[in-house]
Amino acid sequence: MANLHPKSGDPKVTYEYRRKKNAEEMRMQVITFTMMIFFTVIAFVAVGAGFSKWFIIPFVLLLAVVQVIFQLYYFMHMSHKGHEAPQLFMYSGVIVAFITILAFLTIIWL
Amino acid sequence: MSTIAHAQKRGFTGTIWEYLTTVDHKKIAILYLLAGGFFFIVGGIEAMMIRIQLAVPNNDFVSAGLFNEIITMHGTTMIFLAAMPLLFAFMNAVMPLQIGARDVAFPFVNALGFWLFFFGGVFLNLSWFLGGAPDAGWTSYASLSLASEGHGIDFYALGLQISGFGTLMGGINFLVTIINMRAPGMTYMRMPLFTWTTFVASALILFAFPPLTVGLFMLIFDRMFGSGFFDVAMGGNTIIWEHFFWIFGHPEVYILVLPAFGIFSEIFPTFARKRLFGYSSMVFATVLIGFLGFMVWAHHMFTTGLGPVANAIFAVATMAIAVPTGIKIFNWILTIWGGSIKFTVPMLYAVAFIPSFVMGGVTGVMQAAAPADYQFHDSYFIVAHFHYVIVGGIVLGLLGGAHFYWPLMFGTMLSEKLGKITFVLFLVGFHLTFFIQHFLGLMGMPRRVWTFLEGQGLATGNLISSIGAAFMALGIIVLLVNIVITQKKNIQVGRDPWEDGRTLEWAIPSPVPFYNFKQLPLVRGLDPFWIEKMEGKTDMTPAEPVGDIHMPNNSFVPFVISLGLFVAAFGAMYHADEGKDWAIPVLIIGMLITFGAMLYRSVKDDHGYHIHKEDLLDEAEGGTR
Repeated sequence: MANLHPKSGDPKVTYEYRRKKNAEEMRMQVITFTMMIFFTVIAFVAVGAGFSKWFIIPFVLLLAVVQVIFQLYYFMHMSHKGHEAPQLFMYSGVIVAFITILAFLTIIWL
Repeated sequence: MSTIAHAQKRGFTGTIWEYLTTVDHKKIAILYLLAGGFFFIVGGIEAMMIRIQLAVPNNDFVSAGLFNEIITMHGTTMIFLAAMPLLFAFMNAVMPLQIGARDVAFPFVNALGFWLFFFGGVFLNLSWFLGGAPDAGWTSYASLSLASEGHGIDFYALGLQISGFGTLMGGINFLVTIINMRAPGMTYMRMPLFTWTTFVASALILFAFPPLTVGLFMLIFDRMFGSGFFDVAMGGNTIIWEHFFWIFGHPEVYILVLPAFGIFSEIFPTFARKRLFGYSSMVFATVLIGFLGFMVWAHHMFTTGLGPVANAIFAVATMAIAVPTGIKIFNWILTIWGGSIKFTVPMLYAVAFIPSFVMGGVTGVMQAAAPADYQFHDSYFIVAHFHYVIVGGIVLGLLGGAHFYWPLMFGTMLSEKLGKITFVLFLVGFHLTFFIQHFLGLMGMPRRVWTFLEGQGLATGNLISSIGAAFMALGIIVLLVNIVITQKKNIQVGRDPWEDGRTLEWAIPSPVPFYNFKQLPLVRGLDPFWIEKMEGKTDMTPAEPVGDIHMPNNSFVPFVISLGLFVAAFGAMYHADEGKDWAIPVLIIGMLITFGAMLYRSVKDDHGYHIHKEDLLDEAEGGTR
């Protein structure tokens, strides 16, 4: 599957082009990796600095969500072509789970 | 050596071994059909016992305790061990052929899914012989099931857990197959409706079975390992089981009915000899039903005390499902409209399905109105409603599908004459049994009741209902006779036996070669075989030259993995009993068998084999070389 893997032997994809693509991708991976480490540090700092828990919990959760997105898109190649079906299923799963939990938190007596 | 030698004739033990080790989707389909058919008959016998007990007032054909076990096992067996595997049988047999694939994406996992379901089902039914079946209803509400004595509920939880793994694997397998293995030109919007409904039902399995797995594990831990998830005295919450069960249970209804819709969506265009009306709206409706199916679980719990806001929201969401379902009903009617109709047995089932299912749907909307549901709840009105949906929708779909796809699965044609007798007996029996139950419910007969007294005004209705059940049983017996006669005569009918096949599965030679397609077909539109026929061709245009075909090897490992879990389940169940020291070793041995077999599978390379191009060409020339 040529579209999944830039290193595949598709003759139509020239060597130069692949080199450029790979370099670009590598750069993005390094950048996101640095940012993820940075986020982790911030998360620890936020807890250590002793802010109110009403700030810390949503803030750390937000950082976690961003990291998951980085992980999926830059390290697990979800941004590449050919990942439409997994994306569809992940997002519909997230939506269904979110609505279910929302229903539990808001309207259902437990 | 010819690589096609696999298709040669075998002796009896050879055939048994072939089926124990097969990874071929067509043979797994037959296994699903046999096992599902067996459990369907078991569930049917339980249904007959229920109706005999309720035929006359104050009856004591079975004791009250046994009656509880029978109703529980009837529901559980029919849903998990009959309806689902029978639908899986058709999905396995038909779906890969419809999309032009040589097998499902993971043939090994397909076999594993079947054997897990089979051993789970056997485990559940062994409860009859090992100290009593589960008796807390098929929903097994925790406050009741935790209090149930004996091992019945343990059988329920462990058996369903094992067969649930199998179903989940099957669902994921179908999803991957449909996404990745469609033939050239088979775009999503050219997929036959049965493939579409298989796709959506599999997606529902993917999202709905994990809640069941979690709920069942909690039940297992509560009953067998001393936890307290549902035990109020230990700080648990018994309502959580209901939520878990119905977050799974409502999508389950659609997992069952959508493939049945799919079967009918294939039957209507074939015998009306007309393209399916509103194809894209059918796809849209299928997906929408699948999505909404997750938003309505609490309508099973209106009387639990969720409060007016929750009840109102879930009531409206439930009513919304009637819209896409209505779209489907009108599309089917408009497909028949103006068609050149042939009333074959499958078409009869399809035509009878429309009014029967609509009646079930209408009572469903009645119950969706939460205030009205307080009156209907736990009465025979509910029983009538869900039997109208399940029998009028799914079972008619299964019977119609069995007649329709029999030539594809076995190469023979079931007798139309006997088929029509079955149809009349079954349809009449079905309406006779369940229509009157609406009124019994409105007159106050509670659901799951063991008996009733004379002078309560329930005697006549129940007698009529029991007579109807006998008609249904007769219909099924005629069907079995039909099957035996047909297979005994074994008249091969050849390709496209209905003469009006529209989709790819009818373009394949009969009996279907074990590699399905010598060359993958080129799909040029919706109903690809029909398109070729209309242009005067008899075959599909191939999309590739004849080449080597990669095939998977048979494997006994799926059977062993499933057997290990089956053994382990006995250990888990008995370990809490006094004086059963063998239980823990049995649990460990079972797990060792399972994980050992998995390890063997992981370590040993199995690359399958190739059918060589020369052999394929040789076979085409009649094996002259």
